[in-house]
Amino acid sequence: MYDASKIVAGLAVFAVLATSPLWFNALSNASPAAPALQLPTNGSTECVEATDYMRTSHMALLNRWRDEVVRDDIRTYTSELSGKSYTMSLTGTCLDCHSDKEKFCDACHTYSAVDPYCWDCHVIPEEAK
Amino acid sequence: MKSSRRRFLKFVGLSAAGVVGSTGVTRTVRAVSEHEPPASQGKRWAMVIDLRKFSKDDALIDKIISACNTAHNIPDFSDDPKNEVKWIWTEDFETAFHSQEFHFIREDLKDKPTLLLCNHCDNPPCTRVCPTEATWKRESDGVVMMDWHRCIGCRYCVVACPYGSRSFNWKNPRTASNLANPPSTYPTRMRGVVEKCTFCDERLARGQQPACVEACSNDEMVFGDLNDPGSKVRQILAEHLAIRRKPELGTQPEIYYIVEDPRTLQEVAPAVEVFEEEGGHA
Amino acid sequence: MLEKALTGSRSYWSWIFVLLVIIGAGVACWFWQFHEGLTITGLSRDVVWGFYIAQFTFLVGVAASAVMVVLPYYLHDYKAFGKMTILGEFLAIPAVIMCMLFIFVDMGMPNRILNVFLHPSPHSMMFWDTIALGGYLLLNIIISHWTLSAERREEPPPRWLKPIILLSIPWAVSIHTVTAFLYAGLAARPFWLTAILAPRFLASAFAAGPAILLLLAFFVRRVSTFDPGKKAIDALAKIVTYAMIINVFFVLMELFTALYSDIPEHVTHFQFLFVGLDGDNTLAPWMWVSSVLALVSLVVLINPKTRHNYNWLLFGCVTVVVSLWIDKGLGMVIAGFVPSPLGKVVHYSPTAPELMISLAVYAIGALVLTGLYKIALEVRGQIKHISY
Repeated sequence: MYDASKIVAGLAVFAVLATSPLWFNALSNASPAAPALQLPTNGSTECVEATDYMRTSHMALLNRWRDEVVRDDIRTYTSELSGKSYTMSLTGTCLDCHSDKEKFCDACHTYSAVDPYCWDCHVIPEEAK
Repeated sequence: MKSSRRRFLKFVGLSAAGVVGSTGVTRTVRAVSEHEPPASQGKRWAMVIDLRKFSKDDALIDKIISACNTAHNIPDFSDDPKNEVKWIWTEDFETAFHSQEFHFIREDLKDKPTLLLCNHCDNPPCTRVCPTEATWKRESDGVVMMDWHRCIGCRYCVVACPYGSRSFNWKNPRTASNLANPPSTYPTRMRGVVEKCTFCDERLARGQQPACVEACSNDEMVFGDLNDPGSKVRQILAEHLAIRRKPELGTQPEIYYIVEDPRTLQEVAPAVEVFEEEGGHA
Repeated sequence: MLEKALTGSRSYWSWIFVLLVIIGAGVACWFWQFHEGLTITGLSRDVVWGFYIAQFTFLVGVAASAVMVVLPYYLHDYKAFGKMTILGEFLAIPAVIMCMLFIFVDMGMPNRILNVFLHPSPHSMMFWDTIALGGYLLLNIIISHWTLSAERREEPPPRWLKPIILLSIPWAVSIHTVTAFLYAGLAARPFWLTAILAPRFLASAFAAGPAILLLLAFFVRRVSTFDPGKKAIDALAKIVTYAMIINVFFVLMELFTALYSDIPEHVTHFQFLFVGLDGDNTLAPWMWVSSVLALVSLVVLINPKTRHNYNWLLFGCVTVVVSLWIDKGLGMVIAGFVPSPLGKVVHYSPTAPELMISLAVYAIGALVLTGLYKIALEVRGQIKHISY
């Protein structure tokens, strides 16, 4: 191979950079434990859908709600879990129970370095008058 | 570079482009074929603004505009006119209908504040130009809607609107002092998208009237369904001469303005025959 | 062949460095604009398109103008343009890239640009403009790559390339027509609502584009051993001349319709442009300079004595480009918004950050152009190798 030394050196640098999240976390004091989420304090024990589904797919559900409400003027959602009807609204329904955004939504998002920009527009009930 | 390495890189590049391209093409084909199905005869929302009931310095006007601004968290950039965002506002009558080139206008009309908002045209030029369908006319009821999740902020709709109804968010609306604590839970919009009146689609969904109409007390603004021959708006339009802004452009605006002289036709011209509508009014 | 752009003389690399500095400053400005919003420009609620879109409009014309050398050579076997076509295509590519960049920097939500393709809207001329421009860029890349590599191997280009080249001819016309359609179908803007807008765009494109190509050809002639040849230069000069005559004629036609009919919604925009309206005459000096330069260019270019004199020809080309840049790059877009649909006069002038971002886009175009021309000249062995 031509320029073998340069190529191998480049590959080595790339390998280090590409695996940096792994060894960076290993060497630092980052806690591997999942964040503690504060569950709803208004007495509600049941979410719109099953917890496992929400954990993996709440983004997909919210996207679907967004398109159905805004584009199709369909505002009522029937839960597959309970058959109950809910108004499709992030601020009005989700945050109605999960009222402490910091201790619920942000706890996981910060941990996984996710920065959804929903909140640029959607109002958190506490900040409204 | 040796030709074999060159060929390999070309192959990788083309394969990647092929994968991306094919998914793009299938997506496009699917999107184009998933056209909104034509709805059966639904509603056709419209509004009648009775200009006879408005005068200069009327407190009602502020009440109407505030109702909208508060309900929708409209940023107040009045100290920064370049960034102005407004859904409903007033111009004087001559400006609102400036192509009429009024001369010797009736005194009470000269300074008459005229409420202007999105006309929710039946043949909207703004939705025609949107490259992402972020704005479209709802076939079920004629409301010209906005999807702030999809808008790319190209402002083509603003350019195409003959009425100046649309505003662009030149900066983050939450930097406006009145939105430090938003007065309502209606989502604010973000910097970089176009916004306008949506006939309070969130209130229509709850069977309510638009906020501006609800602020009225004496039918100064009347909202209703033109497809319902018994509706109040149809009644008013049958009885009064109402004008619309720039009708010659073919946009079919659905905001009607009653301007006429308060005296009835009978007072002015008693000899004129008045036609009776079938089952309707003189 | 791309590696040929990575070697060069000291002046070559100094030029590249200057461009990179400008680009860096402009990109930094753009990040600030992305964060703060387009409030850092001079745009406002009534004048929503300004300098960025005006540059886009001018550059689409420059991109389309490659057809003025491609058509005679490939369709009519005009051999004199044989060596010029690659320079035309290598001008079209950076021009289209700059067009796309000017659209990108003008968008409120550029991170959502893919929505145009994820949610295609065939009723929107803007959708078709992205298709047309993207396709034209692809066409020019394919055509220039395969003709140049064939030239390098001293072989004729592959036969399947010919229909693609022929496709690029109507496609070039279409990119500027569809750009004109962005403006010419809007009931809201009577200043642009004219059937002659697309022909005007094409005429000014076919004057300004080949004029820029001539200026570049003369520059290339100076710094390399490439010589387009008297026949090619004279033919291009004639094209610029006729296109400019037609363009000026079209402008006079517009002025007649507006001023003779005396309809306020037509007159007021021309009034704003040339004498000012309600106290705002920002563009008036520019428009008069553009008009005078247009007439000067016609005098210089129509007269064969001056057209055949290369110093006068260069001067004529510069006046054409400046005049048409002012007309399309300043006048046409801004005047569509003044007066507003409600009859109001709102002032617009670009801000410093707006100009810096624009300069950076032009620098990116210049960078691509420099690299491509360097490759073409290296392939032809025409770079002057001066030892310092």
